[in-house]
Amino acid sequence: MANKIEVLSEKCTGCSLCVKSCPFGAIVLVDRPEHPKKQKLAVIDVAKCNYCGACVDACKRFGAILMLKEEKQKAVDFALYKDVWVYAEQRHGEVSPVAYELLNEGRKLADKLKTHLCAVLLGDKIENQAQDLILHGADKVYVIDNPLLKEFCDDPYAETLAHLIREEKPEIVIMGATNIGRSFASRVAAKIDTGLTADCTALDVDVSTRNLQQTRPAFGGNIMATILTPRHRPQMATVRHKVFKRATRDTSRKGEIVKKNYDFSKLNPGGLDFMNRAKFLQFVADTTAKVNLSEADIIVSGGRGLGKPEGFKLIEELAETIGGAVGASRASVDSGWIPYSHQVGQTGRTVAPKIYIACGISGQIQHLVGMGSSEVIIAINRDPEAPMMKIATFALEGDLYEIIPWIIKEIKKSRGEIEFVK
Amino acid sequence: MNFIVCIKQVPATTDVKIDSNTNTLKREGVESIINPFDEYAIEEAVRLKERTGGKVTVITMGPPQAENALREALSRGCDEGILVSDRAFAGADTLATSYTLAQTIRKIGEFDVIICGKQASDGDTAQVGPGVAEKLNIPHIAYVGKVEDIKPGTMKVQRMMEDGHDIFDVSLPALITVVKEINNPRLPSLKGMIFSKKAVIKKWTAADISADADKIGLSGSPTQVMKIFYPPARQGGEKLTGEPQDQAAALVSKMKELKLI
Repeated sequence: MANKIEVLSEKCTGCSLCVKSCPFGAIVLVDRPEHPKKQKLAVIDVAKCNYCGACVDACKRFGAILMLKEEKQKAVDFALYKDVWVYAEQRHGEVSPVAYELLNEGRKLADKLKTHLCAVLLGDKIENQAQDLILHGADKVYVIDNPLLKEFCDDPYAETLAHLIREEKPEIVIMGATNIGRSFASRVAAKIDTGLTADCTALDVDVSTRNLQQTRPAFGGNIMATILTPRHRPQMATVRHKVFKRATRDTSRKGEIVKKNYDFSKLNPGGLDFMNRAKFLQFVADTTAKVNLSEADIIVSGGRGLGKPEGFKLIEELAETIGGAVGASRASVDSGWIPYSHQVGQTGRTVAPKIYIACGISGQIQHLVGMGSSEVIIAINRDPEAPMMKIATFALEGDLYEIIPWIIKEIKKSRGEIEFVK
Repeated sequence: MNFIVCIKQVPATTDVKIDSNTNTLKREGVESIINPFDEYAIEEAVRLKERTGGKVTVITMGPPQAENALREALSRGCDEGILVSDRAFAGADTLATSYTLAQTIRKIGEFDVIICGKQASDGDTAQVGPGVAEKLNIPHIAYVGKVEDIKPGTMKVQRMMEDGHDIFDVSLPALITVVKEINNPRLPSLKGMIFSKKAVIKKWTAADISADADKIGLSGSPTQVMKIFYPPARQGGEKLTGEPQDQAAALVSKMKELKLI
């Protein structure tokens, strides 16, 4: 039986509630002049319909929408799946900050589901980091130590994590939406044929169904979508960094460290050749960026309003004074004033610092989605009507070339580095 | 060598408007474009073909009008376009899309490198590239910022990371997803435009790519949208006024008050 949906025309009052409820824009009202009283009729475009049932709920009062949804069987036996997992990403032997943020949120989900929180640590000689994950909330840490996991390579990482998931059967797996997480989470999900939701900004669980409610921005942040993985386990999601607060460290916490010694020549039928299909040769550190933009607590960004490439000297000076990183809008990157690695926004990096100072950035939606969750936004712009000025915590109207030097002086004065501001 | 580029037609996001009557995105009348990240994928494939000789095939899964995106790709130097289109694909999530594209590539046959943009500008998931590689059981490298070298059977690439870049040797066939730094896409040439107008776009259905009905479209998608809502609009704050010096002083004292500095 296929999915079916229809509007019962004799019951439809043309009230448009269903039209407004439809997340997919699949319903329109059409005129029906032949009807004596009801002038409008809702019509559903089945090509756009996802059978989510939102319109059926919206039409409860009239019961004019009839939906028959194919009852899909669960893909796996849910009773076999337990525990919430956090993938404790490490790079160059150090656990990433996002892992500690995920432990905080993972703890809440596990407590709500009355189950365990486990962390997964993949690397080479990495076991020494496991205890710290326990102190940050994990009940159990799975450690897989192998020279093949020294550097992040998709095949051995994905194969190992998929193997561990098949073996231990977690119900939820959350990972950081970092370059590493976003590169291999999808591979793991495709290996075990389960759902993966990218770049979540909020997570919750429904205790009765044990479904993970995964909320993420869609359409460039214009809209938020909450997504479920109702028929599959585990439910996998990547989560943006800095969305959740870092878990606190409790030195009295106890937990279990489980070491898994896998024979890497047997994890995949392709053997070691498979594991080495992509061979890591070398890491080249980026020495130009003094502060990692994604992790920075303060970001000073410049935009088109700088008017010239030299403007970034002033931006850098302010960033240095305040201890922040330098960001940029797409317009200034496209003008060649600053390298792309500084670009914040939809086609650049997503950041969520404590303070975001937007200098001469008007605030196009594509830029706002990349920094809109910053704690405090400070906008400096000539145009008081610029979108950035409207959302800013503090909006300073005027010439940034006049205002910024004063801010630098005032900060120095507040620190006692200079006595008078002239 | 043979290259395959996977592209997606997306709404030109700057034009996305919200219909206040229906509370949905206005799709009608919104111009459709090639996903901006895919332009770098197209350009890189064409450049690699110019280095090694061979052919670039561009594919997309989408509604019939996605043919326009393929024609544009042909005008930018691709040799052949394939549109995979079927009502049965509707509602596909990233897993179902990965499967569908992988089946399409299996039907194409031999290839050396598949190139995708790092993510699509409407979904922003970055999941389909690695998913296609997994479904084809080939290696992938995401976030490629430079192809240093390519020869039959192997290529050397730079993978851009938050703290620098990693250099990899990848055995072929392989899939890469590319970032903006990799190149500056060329504009369509006159010759290309003429070619793209005349070219015959192959159109394949679910049956043509021997797709398993349980793995495509809504039924092949483990994830489901439960609801869609508007993010609470960020409230504006305080306007600081006065001379530049006064504004700066007010700002710094506010920041101290909030213990920001």
